[in-house]
Amino acid sequence: MNNTRRMILKGGLALLVLASLPRTIMAAVWPKKIFSSTTASEALKSLLGTDATTPSDRINLKVPEIAENGAVVPVSIDTSLENVESISIVVKNNPRPMAATFEIPPGTLPKIASRIKMGETSDVMAVIKTSNGIYSATSEVKVTIGGCGG
Amino acid sequence: MTTTIKLSAKLKGGVADIKSLMLHPMETGSRTDPDTGNIIPTHHITQLVFTNNGKEIMVANFSTAVSKNPFFGFSFEGGKAGDTVKARWVDNNGETDELETQLV
Amino acid sequence: MTTNQGAFAGPSEDREAFVAFFKARFPDIPFTEYANGIYAIDKDAREQWQDIEIFPPYEFTIDQGRVLWAEKLPDGKTYSDCFNNTTTGVRHLYPRFYTDSGEVETLETAINRCRETHGQTGLKYGGEKMVALSAYMSFVSRGNTINVTVSGDNPEAIAAYEEGKRFYYTKRGQLNFSCSDCHITSAGQYVRADRLSAGLGHPTHFPVYRSKLGEVISLHQRFSGCVRDVRAKPFALQSKEFRNLEYFLTFMSNGLEANGPGARK
Repeated sequence: MNNTRRMILKGGLALLVLASLPRTIMAAVWPKKIFSSTTASEALKSLLGTDATTPSDRINLKVPEIAENGAVVPVSIDTSLENVESISIVVKNNPRPMAATFEIPPGTLPKIASRIKMGETSDVMAVIKTSNGIYSATSEVKVTIGGCGG
Repeated sequence: MTTTIKLSAKLKGGVADIKSLMLHPMETGSRTDPDTGNIIPTHHITQLVFTNNGKEIMVANFSTAVSKNPFFGFSFEGGKAGDTVKARWVDNNGETDELETQLV
Repeated sequence: MTTNQGAFAGPSEDREAFVAFFKARFPDIPFTEYANGIYAIDKDAREQWQDIEIFPPYEFTIDQGRVLWAEKLPDGKTYSDCFNNTTTGVRHLYPRFYTDSGEVETLETAINRCRETHGQTGLKYGGEKMVALSAYMSFVSRGNTINVTVSGDNPEAIAAYEEGKRFYYTKRGQLNFSCSDCHITSAGQYVRADRLSAGLGHPTHFPVYRSKLGEVISLHQRFSGCVRDVRAKPFALQSKEFRNLEYFLTFMSNGLEANGPGARK
Protein backbone atom coordinates (compact mmCIF):
# COMPACT_ATOMS: atom_id res chain seq x y z
CA MET A 1 0.00 0.00 0.00
CA ASN A 2 2.87 2.35 0.79
CA ASN A 3 4.39 1.58 -2.58
CA THR A 4 1.14 2.58 -4.27
CA ARG A 5 1.07 5.96 -2.59
CA ARG A 6 4.72 6.69 -3.35
CA MET A 7 4.30 5.84 -6.99
CA ILE A 8 1.18 7.95 -7.39
CA LEU A 9 3.08 10.91 -5.99
CA LYS A 10 5.96 10.34 -8.37
CA GLY A 11 3.76 10.76 -11.40
CA GLY A 12 1.03 9.49 -13.62
CA LEU A 13 3.28 7.29 -15.73
CA ALA A 14 4.32 5.31 -12.72
CA LEU A 15 0.68 4.81 -11.80
CA LEU A 16 -0.06 3.42 -15.26
CA VAL A 17 2.80 0.96 -14.93
CA LEU A 18 1.64 -0.13 -11.50
CA ALA A 19 -1.92 -0.62 -12.65
CA SER A 20 -0.81 -3.05 -15.33
CA LEU A 21 1.28 -5.21 -12.98
CA PRO A 22 -0.23 -8.63 -12.27
CA ARG A 23 -1.96 -8.85 -8.91
CA THR A 24 0.52 -11.44 -7.62
CA ILE A 25 3.35 -8.93 -7.42
CA MET A 26 1.34 -6.53 -5.30
CA ALA A 27 0.20 -9.34 -3.02
CA ALA A 28 3.73 -10.61 -2.52
CA VAL A 29 4.65 -7.86 -0.07
CA TRP A 30 3.91 -8.88 3.49
CA PRO A 31 2.61 -5.74 5.25
CA LYS A 32 5.20 -5.80 8.04
CA LYS A 33 4.40 -2.33 9.36
CA ILE A 34 0.77 -3.02 10.14
CA PHE A 35 1.76 -6.09 12.12
CA SER A 36 4.23 -4.20 14.29
CA SER A 37 1.80 -1.40 15.10
CA THR A 38 1.03 -1.32 18.80
CA THR A 39 -2.41 0.25 18.63
CA ALA A 40 -5.46 -0.64 16.59
CA SER A 41 -5.62 2.94 15.35
CA GLU A 42 -2.03 2.90 14.11
CA ALA A 43 -2.48 -0.50 12.46
CA LEU A 44 -5.62 0.57 10.61
CA LYS A 45 -4.08 3.85 9.46
CA SER A 46 -1.11 1.91 8.19
CA LEU A 47 -3.21 -0.61 6.34
CA LEU A 48 -6.11 1.49 5.08
CA GLY A 49 -4.99 5.08 5.45
CA THR A 50 -7.55 5.74 8.18
CA ASP A 51 -8.77 4.32 11.45
CA ALA A 52 -12.33 5.49 10.82
CA THR A 53 -14.73 2.64 10.15
CA THR A 54 -18.50 2.53 9.78
CA PRO A 55 -20.15 -0.10 11.95
CA SER A 56 -22.25 -2.40 9.79
CA ASP A 57 -24.78 -5.02 10.74
CA ARG A 58 -24.18 -6.62 7.37
CA ILE A 59 -21.00 -8.12 8.80
CA ASN A 60 -21.34 -11.43 10.59
CA LEU A 61 -18.49 -11.78 13.09
CA LYS A 62 -18.55 -15.08 14.91
CA VAL A 63 -16.32 -15.41 17.97
CA PRO A 64 -16.92 -17.16 21.30
CA GLU A 65 -18.18 -15.21 24.28
CA ILE A 66 -15.65 -16.82 26.56
CA ALA A 67 -12.57 -18.26 24.89
CA GLU A 68 -11.90 -21.81 26.05
CA ASN A 69 -8.22 -21.11 25.60
CA GLY A 70 -6.70 -17.77 24.62
CA ALA A 71 -4.17 -19.59 22.43
CA VAL A 72 -6.82 -20.89 20.03
CA VAL A 73 -9.82 -18.63 19.52
CA PRO A 74 -11.91 -19.48 16.43
CA VAL A 75 -12.93 -16.44 14.36
CA SER A 76 -15.30 -16.50 11.37
CA ILE A 77 -16.22 -13.46 9.33
CA ASP A 78 -18.61 -13.16 6.43
CA THR A 79 -20.60 -10.30 4.98
CA SER A 80 -23.33 -9.35 2.54
CA LEU A 81 -21.46 -6.16 1.69
CA GLU A 82 -20.51 -5.95 -1.97
CA ASN A 83 -17.16 -5.42 -3.70
CA VAL A 84 -15.11 -6.49 -0.73
CA GLU A 85 -11.39 -5.95 -1.22
CA SER A 86 -10.01 -7.00 2.15
CA ILE A 87 -10.99 -8.41 5.53
CA SER A 88 -8.88 -7.79 8.64
CA ILE A 89 -9.01 -9.08 12.20
CA VAL A 90 -8.06 -6.56 14.89
CA VAL A 91 -7.68 -7.59 18.54
CA LYS A 92 -7.65 -4.28 20.40
CA ASN A 93 -5.92 -5.43 23.57
CA ASN A 94 -3.26 -7.62 21.94
CA PRO A 95 0.25 -6.12 22.11
CA ARG A 96 0.07 -5.87 18.31
CA PRO A 97 -3.61 -5.56 17.48
CA MET A 98 -3.55 -6.47 13.79
CA ALA A 99 -3.84 -10.24 13.88
CA ALA A 100 -4.30 -10.98 10.20
CA THR A 101 -5.47 -9.40 6.98
CA PHE A 102 -6.89 -11.11 3.93
CA GLU A 103 -6.88 -9.85 0.34
CA ILE A 104 -10.08 -10.84 -1.48
CA PRO A 105 -9.82 -10.85 -5.28
CA PRO A 106 -12.98 -10.77 -7.45
CA GLY A 107 -14.62 -14.18 -7.50
CA THR A 108 -13.58 -15.02 -3.95
CA LEU A 109 -16.35 -14.81 -1.35
CA PRO A 110 -15.97 -12.25 1.44
CA LYS A 111 -15.78 -14.96 4.03
CA ILE A 112 -12.92 -16.28 6.15
CA ALA A 113 -12.37 -18.55 9.15
CA SER A 114 -9.24 -18.82 11.24
CA ARG A 115 -7.97 -19.31 14.80
CA ILE A 116 -6.14 -16.56 16.65
CA LYS A 117 -4.29 -15.91 19.90
CA MET A 118 -5.61 -13.45 22.40
CA GLY A 119 -3.52 -12.28 25.33
CA GLU A 120 -6.44 -11.08 27.43
CA THR A 121 -10.11 -10.17 27.27
CA SER A 122 -10.58 -7.83 24.34
CA ASP A 123 -12.82 -6.46 21.67
CA VAL A 124 -12.27 -8.30 18.42
CA MET A 125 -13.01 -6.22 15.37
CA ALA A 126 -13.68 -7.38 11.83
CA VAL A 127 -12.69 -4.59 9.43
CA ILE A 128 -13.90 -4.87 5.87
CA LYS A 129 -12.74 -2.63 3.06
CA THR A 130 -15.04 -2.41 0.06
CA SER A 131 -15.01 -0.15 -2.97
CA ASN A 132 -17.58 1.95 -1.08
CA GLY A 133 -15.75 2.40 2.17
CA ILE A 134 -14.50 0.77 5.34
CA TYR A 135 -16.89 -1.09 7.61
CA SER A 136 -16.56 -2.94 10.90
CA ALA A 137 -18.23 -5.17 13.44
CA THR A 138 -17.01 -5.67 16.99
CA SER A 139 -17.52 -8.37 19.60
CA GLU A 140 -15.97 -8.84 23.01
CA VAL A 141 -14.22 -12.10 23.78
CA LYS A 142 -13.43 -12.90 27.40
CA VAL A 143 -10.16 -14.66 28.03
CA THR A 144 -9.58 -16.21 31.43
CA ILE A 145 -6.59 -17.70 33.13
CA GLY A 146 -7.35 -21.32 33.79
CA GLY A 147 -7.94 -22.93 37.13
CA CYS A 148 -6.83 -26.41 37.80
CA GLY A 149 -7.05 -27.84 34.31
CA GLY A 150 -5.54 -24.78 32.64
CA MET B 1 9.01 -35.41 2.22
CA THR B 2 6.39 -34.93 4.89
CA THR B 3 4.01 -32.14 4.14
CA THR B 4 3.19 -29.40 6.60
CA ILE B 5 -0.09 -28.65 4.87
CA LYS B 6 -3.45 -30.36 4.88
CA LEU B 7 -5.83 -29.13 2.25
CA SER B 8 -9.46 -29.83 1.53
CA ALA B 9 -11.20 -28.40 -1.57
CA LYS B 10 -14.87 -29.25 -2.00
CA LEU B 11 -17.57 -27.96 -4.30
CA LYS B 12 -20.95 -27.26 -2.74
CA GLY B 13 -23.60 -25.81 -5.01
CA GLY B 14 -21.19 -23.98 -7.30
CA VAL B 15 -19.07 -22.61 -4.46
CA ALA B 16 -15.68 -24.11 -3.69
CA ASP B 17 -15.11 -24.49 0.06
CA ILE B 18 -11.40 -24.50 0.94
CA LYS B 19 -10.03 -25.59 4.30
CA SER B 20 -6.38 -25.71 5.22
CA LEU B 21 -4.38 -26.73 8.27
CA MET B 22 -0.69 -26.01 8.55
CA LEU B 23 1.95 -27.44 10.85
CA HIS B 24 3.90 -24.43 12.09
CA PRO B 25 5.04 -23.23 15.55
CA MET B 26 3.86 -19.64 14.95
CA GLU B 27 6.35 -18.54 17.61
CA THR B 28 5.61 -15.01 18.78
CA GLY B 29 9.13 -14.04 19.76
CA SER B 30 7.95 -13.10 23.26
CA ARG B 31 8.43 -16.43 24.98
CA THR B 32 11.47 -17.38 27.02
CA ASP B 33 13.09 -20.80 26.83
CA PRO B 34 12.77 -22.21 30.38
CA ASP B 35 16.09 -24.07 30.07
CA THR B 36 18.36 -21.36 28.66
CA GLY B 37 16.57 -18.21 29.76
CA ASN B 38 16.86 -16.88 26.23
CA ILE B 39 14.03 -15.45 24.16
CA ILE B 40 12.75 -17.95 21.60
CA PRO B 41 13.01 -16.06 18.31
CA THR B 42 9.91 -15.27 16.34
CA HIS B 43 9.13 -17.90 13.72
CA HIS B 44 5.82 -17.63 11.96
CA ILE B 45 4.06 -17.95 8.64
CA THR B 46 3.91 -14.49 7.15
CA GLN B 47 1.88 -15.18 4.04
CA LEU B 48 -0.36 -17.94 2.77
CA VAL B 49 -1.37 -17.77 -0.89
CA PHE B 50 -3.98 -19.86 -2.67
CA THR B 51 -4.33 -20.28 -6.41
CA ASN B 52 -6.85 -22.09 -8.56
CA ASN B 53 -5.40 -23.32 -11.84
CA GLY B 54 -2.64 -20.78 -11.31
CA LYS B 55 -4.96 -17.84 -10.72
CA GLU B 56 -4.61 -16.21 -7.31
CA ILE B 57 -7.77 -16.58 -5.24
CA MET B 58 -6.69 -15.58 -1.74
CA VAL B 59 -3.79 -13.98 0.06
CA ALA B 60 -3.70 -14.34 3.82
CA ASN B 61 -1.23 -12.14 5.70
CA PHE B 62 -0.53 -13.53 9.16
CA SER B 63 1.00 -12.01 12.27
CA THR B 64 2.28 -14.03 15.22
CA ALA B 65 -1.23 -13.72 16.66
CA VAL B 66 -2.47 -16.51 14.43
CA SER B 67 -2.64 -19.73 16.44
CA LYS B 68 0.01 -22.42 16.38
CA ASN B 69 -0.70 -24.97 13.65
CA PRO B 70 -2.87 -22.44 11.83
CA PHE B 71 -6.24 -23.22 10.37
CA PHE B 72 -7.62 -21.15 7.53
CA GLY B 73 -10.86 -21.52 5.58
CA PHE B 74 -12.45 -19.54 2.76
CA SER B 75 -14.63 -19.96 -0.35
CA PHE B 76 -14.55 -18.91 -3.97
CA GLU B 77 -16.83 -19.07 -7.03
CA GLY B 78 -16.14 -20.19 -10.55
CA GLY B 79 -14.30 -23.37 -9.68
CA LYS B 80 -14.99 -26.67 -11.45
CA ALA B 81 -14.34 -30.25 -10.41
CA GLY B 82 -10.81 -31.20 -11.37
CA ASP B 83 -9.39 -27.70 -10.96
CA THR B 84 -6.03 -27.58 -9.20
CA VAL B 85 -6.10 -25.68 -5.94
CA LYS B 86 -2.70 -24.87 -4.48
CA ALA B 87 -1.77 -23.56 -1.05
CA ARG B 88 1.67 -22.08 -0.45
CA TRP B 89 3.02 -20.55 2.72
CA VAL B 90 6.21 -18.65 3.42
CA ASP B 91 7.55 -17.74 6.85
CA ASN B 92 9.76 -15.03 8.30
CA ASN B 93 12.82 -17.29 8.01
CA GLY B 94 12.23 -17.70 4.31
CA GLU B 95 11.07 -21.29 4.73
CA THR B 96 8.23 -22.36 2.51
CA ASP B 97 5.96 -25.28 1.67
CA GLU B 98 3.15 -25.87 -0.77
CA LEU B 99 0.52 -28.44 -1.54
CA GLU B 100 -1.87 -29.02 -4.44
CA THR B 101 -5.15 -30.81 -4.50
CA GLN B 102 -7.97 -31.28 -6.98
CA LEU B 103 -11.29 -29.58 -6.44
CA VAL B 104 -13.91 -32.28 -5.91
CA MET C 1 -15.90 -48.82 51.43
CA THR C 2 -15.73 -52.19 53.14
CA THR C 3 -12.95 -54.66 52.47
CA ASN C 4 -14.97 -57.65 53.60
CA GLN C 5 -14.45 -59.96 50.64
CA GLY C 6 -17.88 -61.44 50.76
CA ALA C 7 -19.71 -58.14 50.84
CA PHE C 8 -18.01 -55.59 48.56
CA ALA C 9 -19.48 -54.53 45.26
CA GLY C 10 -17.64 -55.73 42.16
CA PRO C 11 -16.46 -53.60 39.23
CA SER C 12 -19.75 -53.96 37.37
CA GLU C 13 -21.76 -52.69 40.28
CA ASP C 14 -19.25 -49.83 40.72
CA ARG C 15 -19.71 -48.86 37.10
CA GLU C 16 -23.48 -48.92 37.31
CA ALA C 17 -23.34 -46.65 40.34
CA PHE C 18 -20.84 -44.35 38.57
CA VAL C 19 -23.07 -44.00 35.51
CA ALA C 20 -26.20 -43.61 37.63
CA PHE C 21 -24.61 -40.76 39.59
CA PHE C 22 -23.97 -38.74 36.45
CA LYS C 23 -27.37 -39.54 34.99
CA ALA C 24 -28.97 -38.12 38.12
CA ARG C 25 -26.66 -35.09 38.15
CA PHE C 26 -27.11 -34.29 34.44
CA PRO C 27 -30.46 -35.77 33.39
CA ASP C 28 -30.37 -34.09 29.97
CA ILE C 29 -27.03 -35.45 28.86
CA PRO C 30 -27.25 -38.72 26.90
CA PHE C 31 -24.82 -41.43 28.00
CA THR C 32 -22.93 -41.41 24.68
CA GLU C 33 -22.10 -37.71 25.06
CA TYR C 34 -19.79 -38.32 28.01
CA ALA C 35 -17.15 -39.33 25.48
CA ASN C 36 -16.94 -35.61 24.72
CA GLY C 37 -16.00 -34.48 28.21
CA ILE C 38 -16.82 -30.90 29.14
CA TYR C 39 -18.32 -30.35 25.69
CA ALA C 40 -21.24 -32.49 26.79
CA ILE C 41 -21.94 -29.90 29.49
CA ASP C 42 -20.74 -26.50 28.25
CA LYS C 43 -22.40 -25.15 25.11
CA ASP C 44 -20.04 -22.26 24.29
CA ALA C 45 -16.98 -24.46 24.77
CA ARG C 46 -18.62 -27.13 22.63
CA GLU C 47 -19.00 -24.74 19.70
CA GLN C 48 -15.33 -23.78 19.88
CA TRP C 49 -14.39 -27.45 20.01
CA GLN C 50 -16.57 -28.25 16.99
CA ASP C 51 -14.86 -25.44 15.13
CA ILE C 52 -11.46 -26.96 15.87
CA GLU C 53 -12.70 -30.43 14.89
CA ILE C 54 -13.44 -29.09 11.39
CA PHE C 55 -9.75 -29.55 10.71
CA PRO C 56 -8.20 -30.86 13.90
CA PRO C 57 -4.51 -30.28 14.59
CA TYR C 58 -3.99 -33.89 15.74
CA GLU C 59 -4.23 -35.02 12.12
CA PHE C 60 -0.51 -34.44 11.66
CA THR C 61 0.18 -36.66 14.66
CA ILE C 62 -2.03 -39.42 13.24
CA ASP C 63 -0.07 -39.23 9.98
CA GLN C 64 3.17 -39.56 11.90
CA GLY C 65 1.78 -42.57 13.75
CA ARG C 66 0.62 -44.18 10.53
CA VAL C 67 4.18 -44.11 9.20
CA LEU C 68 5.57 -45.54 12.48
CA TRP C 69 2.96 -48.31 12.51
CA ALA C 70 4.11 -49.52 9.11
CA GLU C 71 7.78 -49.75 10.06
CA LYS C 72 9.26 -53.22 10.31
CA LEU C 73 10.80 -54.29 13.60
CA PRO C 74 14.36 -55.72 13.56
CA ASP C 75 13.24 -59.35 13.16
CA GLY C 76 10.95 -58.49 10.25
CA LYS C 77 7.74 -58.50 12.25
CA THR C 78 5.36 -55.52 12.43
CA TYR C 79 3.06 -54.04 15.07
CA SER C 80 0.26 -55.65 13.16
CA ASP C 81 1.66 -59.05 14.08
CA CYS C 82 1.66 -58.14 17.77
CA PHE C 83 -1.83 -56.75 17.73
CA ASN C 84 -3.57 -59.61 15.97
CA ASN C 85 -3.36 -58.18 12.46
CA THR C 86 -6.27 -55.97 13.29
CA THR C 87 -7.65 -53.45 10.85
CA THR C 88 -10.42 -52.37 13.17
CA GLY C 89 -8.20 -51.38 16.08
CA VAL C 90 -7.44 -52.60 19.57
CA ARG C 91 -7.28 -49.42 21.60
CA HIS C 92 -10.80 -49.89 22.95
CA LEU C 93 -9.73 -53.12 24.65
CA TYR C 94 -6.96 -51.51 26.70
CA PRO C 95 -5.91 -51.50 29.47
CA ARG C 96 -6.01 -55.20 30.17
CA PHE C 97 -4.63 -57.36 32.93
CA TYR C 98 -1.60 -59.22 31.59
CA THR C 99 -1.34 -62.45 33.58
CA ASP C 100 2.27 -63.17 32.52
CA SER C 101 3.51 -60.04 34.24
CA GLY C 102 0.82 -59.96 36.91
CA GLU C 103 0.24 -56.28 36.10
CA VAL C 104 -2.00 -54.00 34.12
CA GLU C 105 -0.90 -53.55 30.52
CA THR C 106 -1.85 -50.31 28.77
CA LEU C 107 -1.71 -49.63 25.05
CA GLU C 108 1.64 -47.92 25.53
CA THR C 109 3.28 -50.69 27.55
CA ALA C 110 1.88 -53.17 25.02
CA ILE C 111 3.55 -51.23 22.22
CA ASN C 112 6.86 -51.41 24.04
CA ARG C 113 6.44 -55.09 24.87
CA CYS C 114 5.87 -55.66 21.15
CA ARG C 115 9.03 -53.76 20.29
CA GLU C 116 11.15 -55.55 22.87
CA THR C 117 9.84 -58.96 21.84
CA HIS C 118 10.95 -58.31 18.29
CA GLY C 119 14.35 -56.88 19.03
CA GLN C 120 13.65 -53.16 19.30
CA THR C 121 14.27 -50.89 22.29
CA GLY C 122 11.19 -49.39 23.86
CA LEU C 123 9.95 -45.87 23.09
CA LYS C 124 9.99 -43.17 25.72
CA TYR C 125 6.57 -42.77 27.33
CA GLY C 126 5.22 -39.33 26.55
CA GLY C 127 7.75 -38.96 23.75
CA GLU C 128 6.69 -37.85 20.29
CA LYS C 129 6.87 -41.30 18.67
CA MET C 130 4.97 -43.15 21.38
CA VAL C 131 2.28 -40.48 21.39
CA ALA C 132 2.03 -40.57 17.59
CA LEU C 133 1.75 -44.36 17.49
CA SER C 134 -0.94 -44.42 20.14
CA ALA C 135 -2.74 -41.56 18.38
CA TYR C 136 -2.81 -43.59 15.19
CA MET C 137 -3.99 -46.72 17.00
CA SER C 138 -6.71 -44.70 18.74
CA PHE C 139 -7.78 -43.26 15.45
CA VAL C 140 -8.08 -46.70 13.86
CA SER C 141 -10.19 -47.80 16.84
CA ARG C 142 -12.70 -44.98 16.47
CA GLY C 143 -16.26 -46.13 16.56
CA ASN C 144 -15.51 -49.23 18.62
CA THR C 145 -17.01 -49.50 22.08
CA ILE C 146 -14.69 -49.31 25.08
CA ASN C 147 -14.60 -52.82 26.47
CA VAL C 148 -12.08 -53.34 29.24
CA THR C 149 -12.16 -56.62 31.16
CA VAL C 150 -11.67 -57.03 34.88
CA SER C 151 -12.03 -60.76 35.24
CA GLY C 152 -13.99 -61.90 38.29
CA ASP C 153 -11.91 -65.10 38.29
CA ASN C 154 -8.65 -63.23 38.64
CA PRO C 155 -8.03 -61.85 42.13
CA GLU C 156 -4.87 -60.06 40.92
CA ALA C 157 -6.84 -58.22 38.26
CA ILE C 158 -9.48 -57.27 40.77
CA ALA C 159 -6.78 -56.10 43.17
CA ALA C 160 -5.24 -53.87 40.48
CA TYR C 161 -8.68 -52.45 39.66
CA GLU C 162 -9.32 -51.80 43.37
CA GLU C 163 -5.94 -50.02 43.66
CA GLY C 164 -6.92 -47.77 40.79
CA LYS C 165 -10.27 -47.07 42.37
CA ARG C 166 -8.67 -46.31 45.71
CA PHE C 167 -6.29 -43.86 43.97
CA TYR C 168 -9.25 -42.10 42.37
CA TYR C 169 -10.96 -41.51 45.69
CA THR C 170 -7.85 -40.65 47.73
CA LYS C 171 -7.20 -37.02 48.64
CA ARG C 172 -3.69 -35.86 47.80
CA GLY C 173 -1.47 -32.84 47.56
CA GLN C 174 -1.37 -29.48 49.27
CA LEU C 175 -4.86 -28.78 47.99
CA ASN C 176 -6.00 -32.11 49.41
CA PHE C 177 -8.25 -33.04 46.50
CA SER C 178 -9.03 -36.47 45.15
CA CYS C 179 -9.88 -37.07 41.49
CA SER C 180 -13.44 -37.68 42.63
CA ASP C 181 -13.67 -34.31 44.41
CA CYS C 182 -13.42 -32.51 41.09
CA HIS C 183 -14.66 -34.99 38.55
CA ILE C 184 -17.52 -36.56 40.43
CA THR C 185 -18.64 -34.30 43.28
CA SER C 186 -17.96 -31.02 41.46
CA ALA C 187 -18.38 -32.10 37.84
CA GLY C 188 -19.88 -29.24 35.83
CA GLN C 189 -18.82 -26.66 38.39
CA TYR C 190 -15.97 -24.20 38.17
CA VAL C 191 -12.53 -24.36 39.70
CA ARG C 192 -11.38 -20.78 39.20
CA ALA C 193 -12.05 -20.24 35.51
CA ASP C 194 -12.06 -23.87 34.40
CA ARG C 195 -15.19 -25.92 34.17
CA LEU C 196 -14.78 -29.46 35.48
CA SER C 197 -15.57 -32.36 33.17
CA ALA C 198 -17.18 -35.58 34.41
CA GLY C 199 -15.00 -38.58 35.23
CA LEU C 200 -17.27 -40.72 33.12
CA GLY C 201 -15.77 -40.90 29.65
CA HIS C 202 -12.41 -39.39 30.54
CA PRO C 203 -10.12 -41.91 28.81
CA THR C 204 -12.13 -42.44 25.61
CA HIS C 205 -10.54 -39.64 23.60
CA PHE C 206 -6.87 -39.97 24.52
CA PRO C 207 -4.23 -39.21 23.42
CA VAL C 208 -5.40 -35.64 23.15
CA TYR C 209 -4.28 -32.45 21.35
CA ARG C 210 -4.13 -29.67 23.90
CA SER C 211 -4.53 -26.16 22.49
CA LYS C 212 -2.66 -24.85 25.49
CA LEU C 213 0.43 -26.90 24.61
CA GLY C 214 0.00 -27.05 20.84
CA GLU C 215 0.71 -30.76 20.92
CA VAL C 216 -0.78 -34.19 21.53
CA ILE C 217 -0.32 -35.70 24.99
CA SER C 218 -1.02 -39.10 26.53
CA LEU C 219 -3.46 -39.93 29.32
CA HIS C 220 -0.68 -40.42 31.87
CA GLN C 221 0.72 -37.01 31.03
CA ARG C 222 -2.71 -35.62 31.85
CA PHE C 223 -2.82 -37.60 35.11
CA SER C 224 0.58 -36.10 35.87
CA GLY C 225 -0.70 -32.60 35.20
CA CYS C 226 -3.75 -33.10 37.40
CA VAL C 227 -1.66 -34.48 40.27
CA ARG C 228 0.65 -31.47 39.94
CA ASP C 229 -2.35 -29.13 39.86
CA VAL C 230 -3.38 -30.28 43.35
CA ARG C 231 0.25 -29.72 44.36
CA ALA C 232 1.23 -33.32 44.83
CA LYS C 233 4.24 -35.02 43.31
CA PRO C 234 3.19 -36.82 40.14
CA PHE C 235 3.90 -40.50 39.56
CA ALA C 236 5.94 -41.59 36.55
CA LEU C 237 4.26 -42.13 33.19
CA GLN C 238 3.22 -45.77 33.01
CA SER C 239 3.98 -46.25 36.70
CA LYS C 240 1.96 -48.96 38.42
CA GLU C 241 -0.16 -46.31 40.15
CA PHE C 242 -1.15 -44.64 36.89
CA ARG C 243 -1.71 -47.93 35.07
CA ASN C 244 -4.05 -49.12 37.80
CA LEU C 245 -5.80 -45.77 37.76
CA GLU C 246 -6.24 -46.03 34.00
CA TYR C 247 -7.57 -49.58 34.43
CA PHE C 248 -10.25 -48.41 36.86
CA LEU C 249 -11.11 -45.27 34.92
CA THR C 250 -11.41 -46.99 31.54
CA PHE C 251 -13.54 -49.79 33.00
CA MET C 252 -15.88 -47.07 34.30
CA SER C 253 -16.17 -45.85 30.69
CA ASN C 254 -17.08 -49.24 29.24
CA GLY C 255 -19.92 -48.89 26.76
CA LEU C 256 -18.81 -45.49 25.50
CA GLU C 257 -17.37 -45.01 22.06
CA ALA C 258 -13.60 -44.87 21.61
CA ASN C 259 -13.27 -41.47 19.97
CA GLY C 260 -9.59 -40.61 20.13
CA PRO C 261 -7.47 -38.80 19.44
CA GLY C 262 -9.37 -35.81 20.74
CA ALA C 263 -8.88 -32.06 20.96
CA ARG C 264 -9.18 -30.14 24.19
CA LYS C 265 -8.10 -26.77 25.51
